[in-house]
Amino acid sequence: MCSGRVDLEFIFQAFLNGEDGVFIGGCKLGECNYTTQGNYDALSNVLIAKKIMERLGMYPDRLRIQFVSSSDGALLAEATDEFTARIRELGPLGPGEGLEADDLRLKLEAVLKLVPYIKLVERERLRVPRRTPAEYREFFASDEVNRLFDVLIGDKLAVSRIMTLLQEEPLSTAAIAARLRLEPGEVARQINAASRQGLVRYDEDRQCYALA
Amino acid sequence: MDFERLLSSTGPYEGEVLRNENSYCSGVCCTYTQKQVILTKDHYPEVECTVFHNDIRAFGKDFERYYQRAAQLPGTRFIRSYVTIAGEVPDSRNVVLKYATFDDGVKEEEFDLVVLSVGLNPPAAARELAARFGIELNEHGFSAAPGDNPLATCRPGVFVSGAFLGPTDIPESVFSASGAGAQCGALLDHRRGKLARERVYPPEIDVAGDEPRIGVFVCHCGANISSVVNVPETVAYALTLPHVVYAQEQLFSCATNSAQEITELAREKGLNRVVIAACSPRTLEPLFRDTLREAGLNQYYCEMANIREHCSWVHSKQKEEATRKAQDLIRMSVARAAHLEPLPEFDLQVNKAALVVGGGIAGMTCALSIASQGHDVYLLEREKELGGVARRLHTTLEGMDVQDYLRQLISAVYRHPLVHVVHEARILEVDGYVGNFVTTVESEGRRLRIEHGAAVVATGAEEYRPEEYRYGEHDRVVTHLELEERLAAGDELVTGAETLVMIQCVGCRNEDRNYCSRVCCSHAVKNALRLREANPEMSIYILFRDMRTYGLKEDFYREAAEKDIVFIRYEPENKPVVTALEGGGQLRVTVPDPVLGQRLELDADFVSLAAAVVPAAGTEEIAGLFKVGLNPDGFFKEAHVKLRPVEFAADGVYLCGAAQYPKHLQETISHAYGAAGRVLTLLSHETVTASGAVCEVDEESCISCGACITACSYDAIQFVMTPKGRKARVNPVLCKGDGLCNAKCPTKAIELKHFTNEELLSQIEAAVPAAVEAEPAAAAV
Repeated sequence: MCSGRVDLEFIFQAFLNGEDGVFIGGCKLGECNYTTQGNYDALSNVLIAKKIMERLGMYPDRLRIQFVSSSDGALLAEATDEFTARIRELGPLGPGEGLEADDLRLKLEAVLKLVPYIKLVERERLRVPRRTPAEYREFFASDEVNRLFDVLIGDKLAVSRIMTLLQEEPLSTAAIAARLRLEPGEVARQINAASRQGLVRYDEDRQCYALA
Repeated sequence: MDFERLLSSTGPYEGEVLRNENSYCSGVCCTYTQKQVILTKDHYPEVECTVFHNDIRAFGKDFERYYQRAAQLPGTRFIRSYVTIAGEVPDSRNVVLKYATFDDGVKEEEFDLVVLSVGLNPPAAARELAARFGIELNEHGFSAAPGDNPLATCRPGVFVSGAFLGPTDIPESVFSASGAGAQCGALLDHRRGKLARERVYPPEIDVAGDEPRIGVFVCHCGANISSVVNVPETVAYALTLPHVVYAQEQLFSCATNSAQEITELAREKGLNRVVIAACSPRTLEPLFRDTLREAGLNQYYCEMANIREHCSWVHSKQKEEATRKAQDLIRMSVARAAHLEPLPEFDLQVNKAALVVGGGIAGMTCALSIASQGHDVYLLEREKELGGVARRLHTTLEGMDVQDYLRQLISAVYRHPLVHVVHEARILEVDGYVGNFVTTVESEGRRLRIEHGAAVVATGAEEYRPEEYRYGEHDRVVTHLELEERLAAGDELVTGAETLVMIQCVGCRNEDRNYCSRVCCSHAVKNALRLREANPEMSIYILFRDMRTYGLKEDFYREAAEKDIVFIRYEPENKPVVTALEGGGQLRVTVPDPVLGQRLELDADFVSLAAAVVPAAGTEEIAGLFKVGLNPDGFFKEAHVKLRPVEFAADGVYLCGAAQYPKHLQETISHAYGAAGRVLTLLSHETVTASGAVCEVDEESCISCGACITACSYDAIQFVMTPKGRKARVNPVLCKGDGLCNAKCPTKAIELKHFTNEELLSQIEAAVPAAVEAEPAAAAV
């Protein structure tokens, strides 16, 4: 099994399980034992996950990928120590960020639901043409990719969070905004879009939105 | 005591008092010194390391980069100087070394510790062993190969390998052993299989539907684990885990009696899954899988928790935490074990023919060795004629007549009824997998379809065409190969030259090609000695960076220096400059002399360049066809640089000769026999077994998006038409089990068996202890 086998789902499931940090080890870039260079796919997944973490209000440093060869014991130890120290600095996941447990759980559950969609976006829009670490870093730091995340994933994430919340109980726009710490206007925009797609309906009696 | 031994008539020099002086270079010390610098800095980053050296002989594959890595470590100095011990500081007992550099003159410096980079001697018993087998040794006490086959001895049927041949590194030891094996095989072919016995396992019990009953075995590994991890406590902990019905400790789980114990206990306690908490699965998983098969269980019901490399070895000072971590690792393994599924392995028929790509010395030697054991071999040559680069070589440093050898080899290839030579061959397509390849070749206007069980890439290397030093502009600037050809042809312009200058390291050991071409220093010395023979009056200069006449070739370097061939070292920042002089055919070579500290001007009739050895044209295409890798310099990348030097990571594909890295002729021959040895190991079997840990598509969930197909670089997945429409399907034989496709599939339709989402997520979940103790997962957030 290659580090490229590490699914976005594994990363976010680990955070949902309560891990404060996720560390992925892979072979050195350009030194793949096979012809696949799958560690670049792992790098790409990590960079995508970090973008999403930023948008959830999580510290992206909670996720680290380290490329080491089997003879680099010292490097691995150093990286592990560094990572552990950094996680200690950040504190427990949630409180460290000032996120409430419930809010964070809803966000992570929403992301897990989005994983299939993110995979499709990755394939269509997030493939880096040349496999060098510099190109990967540059590509994922570009304004264009940031916009893409805001538009394609940011919106979906908001909808997904609203739907996850509404699964628990019907709520008003204001209540949703409060629970998810979103702008009420933003919630209204998403709710309208979702109801046009037939995903949610307005419950006249209780004056709140529910799943369709 | 040594001296008394020297005086003895049974001593090393039969009673004569002679000093033990080795004139050869041990070949391995430069690199092992660099390794020790890197290791020292790993352990103690603050230590300052100084390496005193003569020429740095980083001539092996990737050695140049390794040298740079060591030299660039902070607090590390590489100083080119001989040293003498000037004394000891009385208080600290530190050692004072005296050395000289061109910039600073003679200096004294104090060191805490001095490590001597000692060379290699033939072992004490080598002489006795050689006498017993009746084989000859050379003057250095290493094997003296009588002819052109370095692995043969003067006694037919006795072969040698490893450092018995001379100072040798690990890769050469491994491939020469394989090569010696191939040659033994040729003699014993008629007896093949006579002593083999087939292993019979009990029938497999179907436990797939049963409730998991997990047994946990915690290994002490002598004291490797138990001196850090509290093993009894860990066993007790394992017993508290879900589905664990039995747990015990073992002193060495890998010992034969322990493995037997696991088998017996599995039967007795009705275990249907076994977790071994011991070392890395890389080494011993096959053994423990075998243990399960002996118990009638599917081998994929075996799971290992690595509590040695991942735990006791790295946390030796934190015993309590290490014990907790061992328990965490076991808990995760137990969780995964509960989800393991039995998997079938595939037996694939092996086609007994081999394909060898490249008809140079490597390809021909390899083809003949394989054919000598009764296999059909298809030998593909790109050109009209066999021979490759060797067609341009005339002698070796040691004096072999290369053209004569080549003629005999080519004739042996054509005469052998099982070697089928395909000229002007171009490979169009390589299909299939280990044991069952189908290669389509175009040759002289025809298309051939060749079925074969194994393939050998022996496509060689080429001489770089220099852009430096007026090559191509001036007809008196030639390469070493061109010089050799003109010398062999008796060109009087060359032999009659008054002055000839050779420049080493042209087109390599630079930014474009960050490697040493290995053969050029010896090539220069060889040409210089031949020129000296032809014209005792000629002034011959060799401008070099490091002379890399490693091993026994060092004697020829000495000989050249004794025969008034002038060696001048230059620095890469201050390269020689070649200018054409007006009128007449002379060239002026200007080079700074580090000894004299001024620029020397040499007026030369000829300048000969040590042009780099570069990967052969078409190397990338071949790599793509066979789905094998290249290293950063464009040479083929073996499966493991030390342990699998003639195999590719792709099963059934092998490599030999300069396609792997530049090589001297003798090394190429050993390498070719080595590859033949590995091919023969494969072809001697009727079937090969393919792993069961491969991907499979659930066609119900497949949405035919093709994400998995684009992720797979082995072409293992294809669309097929099914009654439910177009679906992806995996050819399990081509799948290598990397699982990249899994992470791309949006619907989880494709799944890597033995590493399924369910298995991995269960491990991730079990990483948090609370999750196993039945608390809701989210509560931990």
